[in-house]
Amino acid sequence: MKKVLSLVLVLLLALGTCAMFAGCSEDGTATSTDGTNAADGGKTVKVGFIFLHDENSTYDKNFMDAAKLACDEMGVEYAQKTQIPESNACYDAAVELIEVDGCNVIFADSFGHESFLINAAREYADVEFCHATGTQAHTAGLDNFHNAFASIYQGRYLAGVAAGMKLNEMIEAGTITADKAKMGYVGAFTFAEVMSGYTSFYLGAKSICPTVTMDVKFTGSWYDEQLEKEAAQALIEGGCVLISQHADSMGAPTACETAGVPNVSYNGSTIAACPNTFIVSSRINWAPYFMHMIECVRDGKAIEADWTGTIETESVLLTEVNEAVAAAGTVEKIEEVKAQLLDGTINVFDTANFTVGGETLTSYMADVDSDANFEKDTEAIDGGVFYESKFRSAPYFDIEIDGITLLDRNYG
Amino acid sequence: MKMTTKEVKSHREPLIHIVKRDELHWWQAWLIRIGAIVLAVLLVGAISMMLTKGSFTEIYEIMFKGAFGRITEGKTTMLWKFLQETAILLGLSLAVTPAFKMKFWNCGAEGQALMGGLASIICMIELGDKLPYPALLCVVVLASVLSGALWGVIPAFFKARYNTNETLFTLMMNYVATQIIKYYVYIEGGGSNTIHPVATGNLPTLGGNRYLLNVIIIAVLTVALFVYLKFSKQGYEITVVGESRKTAKYVGINVKKVVIRTMVISGAMCGIVGMILVAGTDHSINTNTVGGQGFTAIMVSWLGQFNPFIMVLMSALTVFLRMGAGKIADTCSLNASFADIAVGLVILFVVGCEFFIRYSVKFRHSKKEVKA
Repeated sequence: MKKVLSLVLVLLLALGTCAMFAGCSEDGTATSTDGTNAADGGKTVKVGFIFLHDENSTYDKNFMDAAKLACDEMGVEYAQKTQIPESNACYDAAVELIEVDGCNVIFADSFGHESFLINAAREYADVEFCHATGTQAHTAGLDNFHNAFASIYQGRYLAGVAAGMKLNEMIEAGTITADKAKMGYVGAFTFAEVMSGYTSFYLGAKSICPTVTMDVKFTGSWYDEQLEKEAAQALIEGGCVLISQHADSMGAPTACETAGVPNVSYNGSTIAACPNTFIVSSRINWAPYFMHMIECVRDGKAIEADWTGTIETESVLLTEVNEAVAAAGTVEKIEEVKAQLLDGTINVFDTANFTVGGETLTSYMADVDSDANFEKDTEAIDGGVFYESKFRSAPYFDIEIDGITLLDRNYG
Repeated sequence: MKMTTKEVKSHREPLIHIVKRDELHWWQAWLIRIGAIVLAVLLVGAISMMLTKGSFTEIYEIMFKGAFGRITEGKTTMLWKFLQETAILLGLSLAVTPAFKMKFWNCGAEGQALMGGLASIICMIELGDKLPYPALLCVVVLASVLSGALWGVIPAFFKARYNTNETLFTLMMNYVATQIIKYYVYIEGGGSNTIHPVATGNLPTLGGNRYLLNVIIIAVLTVALFVYLKFSKQGYEITVVGESRKTAKYVGINVKKVVIRTMVISGAMCGIVGMILVAGTDHSINTNTVGGQGFTAIMVSWLGQFNPFIMVLMSALTVFLRMGAGKIADTCSLNASFADIAVGLVILFVVGCEFFIRYSVKFRHSKKEVKA
């Protein structure tokens, strides 16, 4: 018996020793809840973040990095819950963050969290709830529930410019003829968020290389490395000389690297894995929104029902251009177009730049208000421009324009 | 006698040897089990301390907060979440118990509950605007129970008829159920891997508490199963079939009938849990709705020695650890899988301790004894 006891003691001691070498990285998550920010004279803010996965997902990592950055910058505490599925677990997580951690702003990062977050918003009127990519805030009738997104179509447009430069370089070098300038695009689902993305990318490329066409394939999943790889390969075999994608895995970029086909990436740079084909990547930077949200709560200001980050707010970013692959002058051209987007001389969805069935659009009813029947309820074109992300933050551009061929469809 | 000891001594006696125990008193066995649990909980605490440099009391304070919230300050919201989680795990544990008791290894609670949930959501969506609420509710309940039972009885039928391996069969049925749910979400949802919460056909909320009814249903099931297993003729038949199929046959029990009937009950109970999850909690469904608890339930049922009331404690303990360790992970930026590791450790200890209940470990006799 003594031996067993001594064994247990030794074990505990060993663990205790290890304890001295490890540290709890309580980045701003200290348990004290009554610390004040009285210096600024505002309300004390503590943010609670709800993430669908953890740092192993590129999608969530983008949010997690921004959360840390924003909270450190603003000097506020935060708590987080990772691996929260899109179920009542999201409601539970929100309740826990409010009741146990004392958070007064809750943010959730996945589309499917929305309805469950709204349940919590109904019960906690004095807590602000913010949600990325959602669509219900402008119709929910709640003062404390808000949606946010970014005009990533601007980033895609700029990335498209880089793609167009590359195509022109190929045409000039004689690798392809102008009529063979075909790009390929691997998308997740055939709905607005993806369609708005690939159309803006295409329009960006077309502004530089007028003869460009594009084939699109859909995988039916946000993250499926094998399917994305196969789709990219099929597009390359079908004659696409440049690939871009809107899905979260490394499937398409690695397929491009293997085949030696240039790739315009998404969610962040893939240069480490694809040094010979990566051109540039666009991504959404959530830190500006987090700071805005914290500021509003601190100063007692109302948060907008819909907030759309833009290039101007630095919510839409481009990574460094990989000059080894990109055409000469790409960096300068991107800067030039970016300036034009900023001063409003270029509108991404200018109806003069695209046709549908050979005709220029003068009117389009978009499905902005969520309902079961996907009713088209809002006129989105005004004065020759389709206004994306204006009537709500999440994209609603879902028009199939000339020059883009959908090889398949997947509505999920 | 002394001679034999010496003889054994002359062969090099190993330091440790393992001897089959005589039957232990029930309290002795429980002492070992409780000891194992305490050790495991301490170990979880020690590992947490190691990873977070928090003190012993801090760690358990965080765990307590993670499970019960600020209950000491009179806030009961988190306690209700704890009860809900416990109820779900307990419900699934109860559901597999009758099958386990007759040594039918139903590893398909996950799939049976998913199918129950699927039936709920289909009724909620398709009949939501066609039936008055009370009728709709009846249909939801009935459909879930039937569909859970159906998913349970398929392997039972093949077991009774062709003596197929029920463990493999029920496991495979889980995959089939998951794929069906995936397909349903695919046709019903909008690419977000989940279905928009449905407002019709939800279970009623009692007194404004969204979990109270769920907890009550499971509490009633607990008592009902206890009575069924302990006092009914069918419960006794289950025990006999579990002890020995040959004996059961000899005394005139229709073994096939008992197997099928018991699996109908087991599956139906899983269906009820699926209904609680879908109609009573999420109002939506996805492949992760049951979240692997159908497998944790196997362990809880086993630990509870097939006694519903002990299973209450075991589910509560498992949920406490899961929520508590989860809170540690969140507070200290550890990976969320830390909660699974904590629960896994306890399972390891508790399953391991069964060994010490059946066998005792003897150390080499010390010199003192030789002299004596």
